[in-house]
Amino acid sequence: MGRFLLRRLAFFVFTLIFTSLLVFVLTRVLPGDVARIILGREAGEDQVAALRVELGLDQPLVIQYLDWVGDFARGDWGKTFVSPRQDIREIVLQRAEKSGWLALVTLVMAVPISITLGVIAGLREGKFLDSLISLLSLSVVSLPEFVTGLFLINIVARNSDFFPASSSGIGPGTTFMEALPKLWLPAITATLVLIAYIARLTRAGVIEELKRDYVRTAVLKGLPYRVVVIKHVLRNALIPTITVIANSTGWLISGLVVIEFVYGYRGLGSLLIAAIENRNLPQIQAIVMVTVSVILVANFLADMLYSILNPRITLS
Amino acid sequence: MNETVLRVENLGISYRMRNRWLPAVRDFQVRVRRGQIHGIVGESGSGKSTVVQGIIRYLAENGRTDPGSVIEFLGRDLANASRQELQKLWGAQVSIVPQHPMSALNPSIRVGEQVAEIVRLHAGLGRAAAREAVIRAFQRVNLADPETLLERYPHELSGGMQQRIVIAMALITSPQLLILDEPTTNLDVTTEAVILDLVRKLIREEQAAAIYVTHNLGVIAQLCDRVTVMYAGEIMEEGTVNDLFARPLHPYTFGLLNSIPRPGQTKRDRALITIPGRPPSLTELPQGCVYAPRCPLAIEICRQPPPLELPAERHLIRCHRWQEILRGEVSISAEAQAGVDDIAIADLQREHLLTVSGLTKHFPVRRSLFDLLRGTSPLPIRAVDNVNLSVQKGRTLGLVGESGSGKTTLSRMIIGLTERTGGEITFMGLDIRNHVRERSKDVLARLQMIFQNPQNSLNPYLTVGQSIRRPLMKLLGMSRQDADREVSRLLRAVNLQPDYAVRYPDELSGGEKQRVAIARAFASDPALIICDEPVSSLDVSVQAAVLNLLARLQEEQDTAYLFISHDLSVVSYLADYVAVMYLGEIFEVGYGRDLFEPPMHPYTEALVSALPVPDPRRRTRPIPLSDDIPSPRNLPTGCRFHTRCPHKIGRICEDEVPPWRDEGNGHFIRCHIPLDELQAKQQAYAQPAAETAWGLMGKEQG
Repeated sequence: MGRFLLRRLAFFVFTLIFTSLLVFVLTRVLPGDVARIILGREAGEDQVAALRVELGLDQPLVIQYLDWVGDFARGDWGKTFVSPRQDIREIVLQRAEKSGWLALVTLVMAVPISITLGVIAGLREGKFLDSLISLLSLSVVSLPEFVTGLFLINIVARNSDFFPASSSGIGPGTTFMEALPKLWLPAITATLVLIAYIARLTRAGVIEELKRDYVRTAVLKGLPYRVVVIKHVLRNALIPTITVIANSTGWLISGLVVIEFVYGYRGLGSLLIAAIENRNLPQIQAIVMVTVSVILVANFLADMLYSILNPRITLS
Repeated sequence: MNETVLRVENLGISYRMRNRWLPAVRDFQVRVRRGQIHGIVGESGSGKSTVVQGIIRYLAENGRTDPGSVIEFLGRDLANASRQELQKLWGAQVSIVPQHPMSALNPSIRVGEQVAEIVRLHAGLGRAAAREAVIRAFQRVNLADPETLLERYPHELSGGMQQRIVIAMALITSPQLLILDEPTTNLDVTTEAVILDLVRKLIREEQAAAIYVTHNLGVIAQLCDRVTVMYAGEIMEEGTVNDLFARPLHPYTFGLLNSIPRPGQTKRDRALITIPGRPPSLTELPQGCVYAPRCPLAIEICRQPPPLELPAERHLIRCHRWQEILRGEVSISAEAQAGVDDIAIADLQREHLLTVSGLTKHFPVRRSLFDLLRGTSPLPIRAVDNVNLSVQKGRTLGLVGESGSGKTTLSRMIIGLTERTGGEITFMGLDIRNHVRERSKDVLARLQMIFQNPQNSLNPYLTVGQSIRRPLMKLLGMSRQDADREVSRLLRAVNLQPDYAVRYPDELSGGEKQRVAIARAFASDPALIICDEPVSSLDVSVQAAVLNLLARLQEEQDTAYLFISHDLSVVSYLADYVAVMYLGEIFEVGYGRDLFEPPMHPYTEALVSALPVPDPRRRTRPIPLSDDIPSPRNLPTGCRFHTRCPHKIGRICEDEVPPWRDEGNGHFIRCHIPLDELQAKQQAYAQPAAETAWGLMGKEQG
């Protein structure tokens, strides 16, 4: 176990270093001179050169990279390129927290619902209920998020006081409980996207496992079918589902751009888009690093869950 | 004592396919009494597994027991039982020991819990009491250290241990009816023998009624009281094992019995009896007798369905001509062909085609992070260690050993699919390269291979003709026209019609696919063919045809074989010379029949004693081998067999590598015990080499 944790930690660090390198290189090859973009077309060459020096862009790439990584590791994530020059760490972490809330509420809704639907569909393979679930989940996933978002705002929010249409007003000082009512609609929108993926994968897993010999053994022990499914089948069938849930956390943290836009929610996704538009390189880097860390943690948790569900996947 | 536990009459089982009910089993009947083991034997597709699934009412969703079927279990009507009633019976009074214990156990639940949940459910025991019950059940099936075993997962256990756990699972509620569905298929013979012994003892103790389903006639002979022979969903014959094995009345029973090589029988004695054709599919059952299209005795009347008759008390037969067969007026033996006509087995003058010396394969084990930090490396897996052997031109060297003995790794090194760690391979005087890609076309053409499973070794997207043409054009440089002509000749040589060339593998039966694989191997005029378990995935009647074919082609083309199998009878039937492998080393070499007569290496002795002989009058007494085969990562010192050897003589076996002992007639044994002592030890309970003639009809051939 200790050995396993050690290996995971090494893997974690290695992945972070590799990602930092990748994101650094990618942001540097973005077209356009960053200083020129910040200052605008009218600025003189001197001003541009001065800004380049100020931002450290005149240094060789290796030095720039090492400076950034060193500072980043020490907790100094730099200041934004555009004025007012704010502390990136503060902004990013504050937005990440808000995105984390939304991701949490989404997962709490999406996981139980979609697993239940997937299991029901799998157990009723080829029957009416299976077709119905497949039809509904597929038609929901094919709707773009802004369509479902606008639909929810216009139908649900208009007719109910419980679900506010806009998520604006969630600021740095807002607590989770205060924000919760404003999280429902965006979370439902994200859930509708996830349900189809998770449910279909769960369905496939259940169908696959039901064919296995051990199911026959369990049935011929005289166990009630409910016990056969819950105790024997699900722990094997849910492995791919867990993978897909873990992998969707990255999307939930920084990929909900459209949903954030529709609801005016100030999360990490919209911050990333803004940072890219402004060529705000250290901010892009910071957001990517945070996202990668979340994905790694989610996958680590998924691995732990695997080994509990299925001991053949060992922790060594 | 003689109470009937199960009575089945007029059982029909059908499956719904495209809105039609296809009758998979027709007019089946059986009666099983307390303490009795009833065997059901048949080839794949005979309906033997469907029958037992129907009896316990566990059929696929599209299956049903036909109206009018009678299934009576201890006076209760099972045929019309509800799902609730069945759930109360399953696991409590009716248990099943399934095939493939590894897949029959849930991989994610500790084995202790998988057994305990049964007694908690049916006996209402609490957790602690259930745990105690499981420990007792594990002890009954001779599992060592049951307390620790409770916490293990299936994948951490060997095949034999998994099988015992499944048996413990089935017996823990003391069921009245036990169904054993091929429980020892895929186990090594030594493990199989121990499991069969255990099953016999437990059923006697429990006084349960048991049905044992298998394709293995030897197991039936050794274990069962009565046996039903099934074919295409119908009973062909039923009777006591003594009657059925001594005086088979049905041509199919006779065919089955004579299609398997007896222990010690060789290709020089006689050819195996084959059953031509293949079993009918459910959608196109013959109008009359289902066996008539393959039956050598079929006449006009066989176009009418034969009734199930009782020639004697408690004997059933479904054949129009059983009376003639009983009176000896007709016989199948005329069909039996003479064996290979070549007297000189031991011809030392023959050219050595393949010589392997010091051949070694150590599979490295990946270093873990901890090994890296400590600077150590793990011990490699020593799959093959310093093996010497040679194959003569036009002769067969058999290689036999249990799973894990290294025989497949050895063959893969010779063919060049696995790179060797050390040693030399000389083929036709050339030192051949390590990897098959580096070898010249000439070597490739002269050294071919036939694999175990033709399903996987034939490209499904190529027609039979394309598959066979490839070596002809690529290795021999033939033109397209010449190659096509040659394809036709090769297909005829393996007893297939030339029009098979345009078919795809999916359209062929297992036996036909293996013939195509043989034709492909012979295409490039090889001097040596490596046959890796070429018949072990085939039914016995098909196996016989393939073995006969291999023997005939060898005689005609003077091709040598390196023939690998876990089946001692098959190896010694076909091989001129046999090597016995254990844990990567060779322990005995000798001529086919030497292996069945003392002196034998103690390991060979254990293998021979464990063979289930298809003769109910001769009960085998398997020499129990202690423990499981040791891991090749952690090999025993000295003689590698000493941890399991029943004749171990002391420290010398643990400390020193045993010497080769020579009997002076080409028979070598590697053991610390001198040969005369070995012989004396083994004479006491050795089995005589099997007679070649078999059964009433078999003897007539003279």
